[in-house]
Amino acid sequence: MLEALRARIAGLERRGSARRARVLPFGSPAINAQLPGGGLALGCLHEVAGAGPEVEHGAAAALLIAGLLARSSGCVLWAVERQDLFAPALAGVGLHPDRIVFAEAGPSVLLVMEEGLQHPGLAGVVGEIGGRLGLTASRRLQIAAEASGVVALALRRSRRFDNPALVEPTAAATRWRVACLPSPPPLAHAPETPGLGRARWRLDLIRCRGGEPGTWVVEACDAQGRLALAADVQHRPAAPARRRLG
Amino acid sequence: MQAHDGRRRILAGVDRAAQALGLFPGMPLAQAQAMLPGLEIAEADPDGDAQALAQVAAWCVRYTPLTAPDPPDGVWLDVTGGTHLHGGEAGLLADLLGRLTRGGFAARAALAETPGAAHALARYGDPESMIVPPGGCRAALATLPVAALRLAPEVAETLRRVGLDRIGQLAAAPRAPLSRRFGPDLLRRLDQAFGERFEPITPVVPPTMITARRAFAEPLLTAEALTAMIGGLVATVCAALEKSARGARRLDLLFERVDGSVQAVRIGTARPTHAPAHLARLLREQLERVDPGLGVEAMRLVVPLDEPLSPRQGPAVLAGEAAEAADIAGLVDRLANRLGAGRVYRVIPVESDVPERSVRPVPPLAPVPGPRRSASWPLLPRPARLLSPPQPIEALSLLPDQPPAAFVWRRLRHRIRRADGPERIFGEWWKCDGERQAVRDYWRVEDEQGRRFWLYRSGDGSDAATGNLRWFLHGLF
Repeated sequence: MLEALRARIAGLERRGSARRARVLPFGSPAINAQLPGGGLALGCLHEVAGAGPEVEHGAAAALLIAGLLARSSGCVLWAVERQDLFAPALAGVGLHPDRIVFAEAGPSVLLVMEEGLQHPGLAGVVGEIGGRLGLTASRRLQIAAEASGVVALALRRSRRFDNPALVEPTAAATRWRVACLPSPPPLAHAPETPGLGRARWRLDLIRCRGGEPGTWVVEACDAQGRLALAADVQHRPAAPARRRLG
Repeated sequence: MQAHDGRRRILAGVDRAAQALGLFPGMPLAQAQAMLPGLEIAEADPDGDAQALAQVAAWCVRYTPLTAPDPPDGVWLDVTGGTHLHGGEAGLLADLLGRLTRGGFAARAALAETPGAAHALARYGDPESMIVPPGGCRAALATLPVAALRLAPEVAETLRRVGLDRIGQLAAAPRAPLSRRFGPDLLRRLDQAFGERFEPITPVVPPTMITARRAFAEPLLTAEALTAMIGGLVATVCAALEKSARGARRLDLLFERVDGSVQAVRIGTARPTHAPAHLARLLREQLERVDPGLGVEAMRLVVPLDEPLSPRQGPAVLAGEAAEAADIAGLVDRLANRLGAGRVYRVIPVESDVPERSVRPVPPLAPVPGPRRSASWPLLPRPARLLSPPQPIEALSLLPDQPPAAFVWRRLRHRIRRADGPERIFGEWWKCDGERQAVRDYWRVEDEQGRRFWLYRSGDGSDAATGNLRWFLHGLF
């Protein structure tokens, strides 16, 4: 009976034609389990930002987004204010730059995103937003994304990491923060060997519509864009099972 | 070139070499032949010259929809609002003069606020091409001779005898006596050059282009009215394109205003198309750039560039990838017309180790090279953000082949816990002489908080010619 109730509420929330909500799954089942639908819902706006001092450049956030889109197919529109993205890094996480159309929009990133969200053939629209993203603007993007079924990803950047515009409420379905963590030595049995292993991130889901927030320590995207829960965290004693809302 | 001026044969035009030897237009032919026995003479052909001038004016439509010949030897281009498409004002002039010179013409150009000023500066101005900033007309024209004002030769001669040799002196002289002595034309030319009197130029539309024109009984003022008319014009032009199986790549919409001036907007498409809805939408988005003034009495739509339509792009129902590509073309067109064509692109890798040169933008709809292209994406890890230019940091490393223990960037100290490298990248001596021996040693480093940076040291540590051993931050992971 609980399942029936959940389905009814999900149907009411969708507020449109009863089509099966499609999702973009993360590479890690633990994260997918937390999200309603088992992944990032397509046809919605999602927000990603770096945490702390990384909010200025958002390098890890860009790689997270690229890793997600790597496992979809089709063209991606990436709107920036000024171009500082280095394409070989995106190729390194599986998002082949041949699929990306870049648009240097200056101050009109939101307009360009809306333009792109009117094309159902795109795999995703990414916009690097340096300023405010209030309720009104984000609702417009959300409505445009719902109409076409394209996933909209807003990469928030800001010079100051205590910028109040970053925590302003928006209409995004999920909001994420990515922080860098020290990574373990590449060879566990010989920790003194120089070298860099896979990077480690702390992924915070700080708001999720229809789900609960959560935190994961993950290893950065591999060559196919998949995340993995960090091994020494995985083998901890099991945390109590969480109850899903809805 | 020789012509007959009624009494005797005179020289109508001389080229640069002849000018250097002392010949000038108007010199009697006999005198010229006496000076230089081996002179080559051709018959002057004013009609052919006029036709050639019209052709040059038509060719200039690639820069702006509004071009007009300025007989006998000039062309006017109204480039208001369109200079950014060609790399700015200087870029546009350089491109124009370069192409004309390569085509065999000796050309001079000037950019100014009024047609009169541009005419004067192009012919009598000092450098071969000059740009006058807005409001600088008076100062720029002050030192030019009065003949630059398109006056009748007798008037110019009289002015010189009276002592008014330069335009600056003429402008400073009292107006009423001048008008009494020389008639209204003199002051009219002066006012036109300084911008006090408006001078319209009538743009020429080359006859081979598809065009549709609609005149209105009442001048239109509002955006809604103009928008409504655009649909009709686009439908006519698209029908003509469809009949000849061609698609438009560039469209110019000219607004003929009540006061005689013409304003234009120009749109471009990435693929030839004759879809009326798409083209009308692109034109409507540009409408806000047009100032209707006292009213628009006619609108004309011209297709300066069209290309054959390949059968794949026909209006039949397409499936899968082809439909998606057509969809992207529409999106790319709208973004390119809104932001500027150079701001919407894809990137491809370039055969270059130097990171800042290893990617190149290409137009978004250019065919993607196959998997066996010459350059491919580097296999080694690269940072997601590349700083341009690389930022200098303070770092100290004990040995040339060790990463630094710490570095200071933006007054914050980062202690390095782990590092990977060095990756040695050599300069490209074939691109830049200064890079003949330049070497960069790149390190991927992680600091105590886990943030990863891409640092490099310029120089290999043992040979001073390879670099000055300074450290830089080039990217963030």
